[in-house]
Amino acid sequence: MTVEEQANYVGNVGLSKNLFLKDKKHRYYIVSALAHTNVDLKVLSQRLGLGKGGLRMAPEEALGEILQVPLGSVTPFALVNETARNVSLLLDQGFRTQEHCFFHPLSNDISISLNTNGLDKLLKSIEKEPTYVDLEASPLVGKDQPPDLAAFVPSTSMVLPDTQAEVSSSKTSAGNQISPVSTDSKSITVTDVGNFVDEILEKTSTLCLSEITEDSIKQHGGKLGDVIANSIRKHLTSDLKNLATIFKNTAYTEGFNAGTKYQPKRL
Amino acid sequence: MENKDEKNGEQEQVVNPWEVSAKDGGKIDYDKLIDKFGCQKLDQSSSELSHVKRVERLTGRPAHVFLRRGVFFAHRDFDDILNAYERGEKFYLYTGRGPSSEALHLGHLVPFMFTKYLQDAFKVPLVIQLTDDEKCMWKNLSVEESQRLARENAKDIIACGFDISKTFIFSDFDYVGGAFYKNMVKVAKCVTYNKVVGIFGFTGEDHIGKVSFPPVQAVPSFPTSFPHLFSGKDNLRCLIPCAIDQDPYFRMTRDVAPRIGYHKPALIESSFFPALQGESGKMSASDPNSAIYVTDSAKDIKNKINKHAFTGGQESIEKHRKYGANLEVDIPIKYLNFFLEDDAELEHIKKEYGAGHMLTGEVKKRLIEILTELVERHQRARASVTEEMVDAFMAVRPLPNMFD
Repeated sequence: MTVEEQANYVGNVGLSKNLFLKDKKHRYYIVSALAHTNVDLKVLSQRLGLGKGGLRMAPEEALGEILQVPLGSVTPFALVNETARNVSLLLDQGFRTQEHCFFHPLSNDISISLNTNGLDKLLKSIEKEPTYVDLEASPLVGKDQPPDLAAFVPSTSMVLPDTQAEVSSSKTSAGNQISPVSTDSKSITVTDVGNFVDEILEKTSTLCLSEITEDSIKQHGGKLGDVIANSIRKHLTSDLKNLATIFKNTAYTEGFNAGTKYQPKRL
Repeated sequence: MENKDEKNGEQEQVVNPWEVSAKDGGKIDYDKLIDKFGCQKLDQSSSELSHVKRVERLTGRPAHVFLRRGVFFAHRDFDDILNAYERGEKFYLYTGRGPSSEALHLGHLVPFMFTKYLQDAFKVPLVIQLTDDEKCMWKNLSVEESQRLARENAKDIIACGFDISKTFIFSDFDYVGGAFYKNMVKVAKCVTYNKVVGIFGFTGEDHIGKVSFPPVQAVPSFPTSFPHLFSGKDNLRCLIPCAIDQDPYFRMTRDVAPRIGYHKPALIESSFFPALQGESGKMSASDPNSAIYVTDSAKDIKNKINKHAFTGGQESIEKHRKYGANLEVDIPIKYLNFFLEDDAELEHIKKEYGAGHMLTGEVKKRLIEILTELVERHQRARASVTEEMVDAFMAVRPLPNMFD
């Protein structure tokens, strides 16, 4: 139900409004404020260092995918979900002045009353630092005044499955269930052996073909093979080594990750 | 007349870990610096015994651009490292970064690019220190912010292409303790308060955090600081590629090392990367036009080089054709010196530009091409660095293949 309807049930004091926001680099934020606090997305966007129009409401799918809550039920409690671990939380400092605040527990047909101590405890237990911000402030952001909320910008972006079109090829997306909304999906593409080999062959043949022209055939004749081989070595070595290093590091990381979660054999 | 000159000469150039400025806003005098610090000049001659030639022989590949062109120009005990390597004794590399800002520019990448070459060429392991504690203290950042910046910077460092099976990245806040801390105390006991004031210029107003920081940057030079990597290899030598302003830390370290039974670390030092506005300009995080950042787009790079790079070209085409360009102050030529791999092409450009046959626009165009390729390659590598990869690079884990 909406904030107005909620007021009918629990009265007007301490109600929260919760916004689920997204920036241009696919980073997500929950802004949780007292119902009467004025939240200006343009100002917030600048204070986060995202420029003037950097923040907008997150799309509906994101609510389900990332926060695992139905429409209209955005709540800080949603951060207990693993899928929401990269979501940044901004809490209105006004909560601190209230004896009780009301949040939705993970669906919006009930509200739970907490004071900020309770909220802090909950957040700390899921390893999130509770920090309260003056959401109505509008400090100057410029060359000499860095954005004061820059620390709230998540370090990881989360690309939802359907926006991954440009990243994965037909091989990886066909027949996959919804991939976890984290950076795992990046690593799947990088260590795909088929992609890796394709890219090497693509670069090599492009270079090769560009070197075989009427002129170069005339100039080098039978030796053209040697010339092209040298050119490939000269121009592609560092590029391909770069690609290979990315491949190696990513594969190692996958193995390392698996190793940290490995369950020893039961004796 | 003489007296006036003498008076001007009073203002010396300043080079230390927290400040670099030339005399009278001019150029840094590197020969004077080598003299003052007491390090050695690298031998770049064509003699078979020169450092460059020796490195090429030992590694079986051409020396890195930065070595050939004198970007890395000074050293301490590099000969010892090479002599030992010839005898089959390996060494490890140690370098680092003070994570003071998120925005990295090309100048920041220079030591890392060179270190990567050293790792590949000599096939040796590397430890990279992120001094988040130092920045927390000197730049008055919060602990969380400096840790966050350290992780962000780690991603750009990883994007330089280090081999994860031979590289350990650590932040001071995470790693200080255990064997590392024991070495810190050993070092600290050997350096008096007066000495550290003399080396770093601390005053009675400076807080005790600053005064006790130097051992933190000193001890990664000792293999016993990393028991998970080098246990049983107490005699392993260390080579530190860094910019020459870091020399004071390692002068102190080299002084202490023999007193606590360790090898002195060797150093190989680089000159400073010039700002776009010229040698006397300062690269500053608050002026995005003073440097090329790793986050710049192709458009940004083109714009910055065309509009903000200081050139040695003449004011008019006629004058330029007549007198040629002043290569001494020309920034595009200096940048090409760093990043254009082909020696022959660089010579050709210098000759033609210096004679006035080639115009500034052409030189800039070539530079833009090279920088764009470099930055795009970096951005691509950066995009593939995940949080898990950072965790893996920073995990305290053995590196069984580190000398392979």
